[in-house]
Amino acid sequence: MTAASLTAARSFVATPVRPIGSVEGQRAFAFRHAGKRFGDKTVLDGIDLDVPAGQFLAVIGKSGCGKSTLLRLLAGLDRPTSGSLSFGVEEEGHSRTRFMFQEPRLLPWASVVENVEVGLTGIATGSEARHRALDILGEVGLADRADEWPSVLSGGQKQRVALARALVGHPQILALDEPLGALDALTRIEMQQLLERIWIAQKFTAVLVTHDVAEAVALADRVVVISEGRIALDLDVPVERPRRRGSVELARLEGKILDRLFG
Amino acid sequence: MSFSTRLHSNAIGWLLPALIIAGWEIASRAGVMPANVLPAPSAVAEAFWRLTLSGELIRNIGVSTARALAGFAIGGSIGFALGLANGLSTLSRGLTDTTLQMIRNIPHLALIPLVILWFGIDEEAKLFLVALGVFFPIYVNTLLGIQSVDPQLVEMGRVYGMDRRALFFRVILPGALPAIFVGLRYALGIMWLTLIVAETISASSGLGYMAMQAREFLLIDVVVLSILIYALLGKLADSLARLLERLSLGWHPAFQNG
Repeated sequence: MTAASLTAARSFVATPVRPIGSVEGQRAFAFRHAGKRFGDKTVLDGIDLDVPAGQFLAVIGKSGCGKSTLLRLLAGLDRPTSGSLSFGVEEEGHSRTRFMFQEPRLLPWASVVENVEVGLTGIATGSEARHRALDILGEVGLADRADEWPSVLSGGQKQRVALARALVGHPQILALDEPLGALDALTRIEMQQLLERIWIAQKFTAVLVTHDVAEAVALADRVVVISEGRIALDLDVPVERPRRRGSVELARLEGKILDRLFG
Repeated sequence: MSFSTRLHSNAIGWLLPALIIAGWEIASRAGVMPANVLPAPSAVAEAFWRLTLSGELIRNIGVSTARALAGFAIGGSIGFALGLANGLSTLSRGLTDTTLQMIRNIPHLALIPLVILWFGIDEEAKLFLVALGVFFPIYVNTLLGIQSVDPQLVEMGRVYGMDRRALFFRVILPGALPAIFVGLRYALGIMWLTLIVAETISASSGLGYMAMQAREFLLIDVVVLSILIYALLGKLADSLARLLERLSLGWHPAFQNG
């Protein structure tokens, strides 16, 4: 990063490093000494994190360690109180960052397909929006439920609609805040496989906050452990995909992370 | 629920009123109920027919309905607008809510002497009272509805780039609608109540006036008829509100089986 772009980044205006185009080999976003305080309480402190475009990053930590705050900074829901966050690929960084919440947060008064169209706000309208929303609903396996109300869907199906809403605008960065935490174990594995499949197909940068170490090593290219507002461990997961759950390699990495969390 | 079962469950609601009227007719014919206390339903029906033929009934119902709707439109739209403003803006709420809550605690019918002094017994008096009566249920419930919209959905809307207009029409207003309907149905009840009291005390036309005139000439069948018509008009207004509710709240789990 040049001195000029650093200055620009400090003023919290995302700096285009390279023109929009192929995302391979570029940086998706970078935190530089980023910190966040709420009053006297320091939640994040001196975070340095460089994430290349297309990477699947998992962020792990105990409750209250600041991992959700990190995600909120990334999505523009909060601003860092010190340091900077800059985006590499897109000029208006946040507009191509999508957020998937812990809860589905679907509009109960809008049909499934209309809920997906919310993800195209400011991107597409009318029949084009409907067409794209139906396409992505097909990808998450809910094409036949497009006209139903969210209230008749199961928890896993609602979260799949939320995933479709997050992805329909083809975001460069997808921020996921424990979106699978409330699902039962089997639905959860199904959702993880769906997420991995769509990530491979669409090649966005994924940042998954989770408290499930097995989930993190099964999905991510890289796992970051946050402890007391700092990065305590930054670990690559060099395991070929498709990965086999419960394999020795994954178990070894899982053990290493758990040691760091509780050691 | 299929159409025939819905018809069935609606019909069952009319069973009790029908039985009461039948019992009442029998009691009157048997002489248990003297006609100068409560005339038989057949006598009331006769009065209905007589007044319908003379055109008096239709005219009075028309006058009362027009007053009710005009008062409702005025009070309801002010209440709705203020409810929206105070739900969306803390400044507006801080400025007006205390005053409105104080006024709310005055029974609006207690203002009748003052209203007669101001407006005499002209139309304005009735409109003013009805408007004041329907204002508060609409205001309070619109405000409550907006304040109870799930903040997580509002945050979701912001994150997905909705502007203020889209946020209002796609998230806040639909979220507040169930509470607004509660206010609407409550206000419709208050609308009839206020109008009838106002017409009974000071009017030269309308249903309440018709009942008071009948009292002076001891036409008890007409008095009873007026009271029954109030009941029917109230039920009609409530049914219309429920129909609207069902049409616009189809997404709500409470309306998906009804």
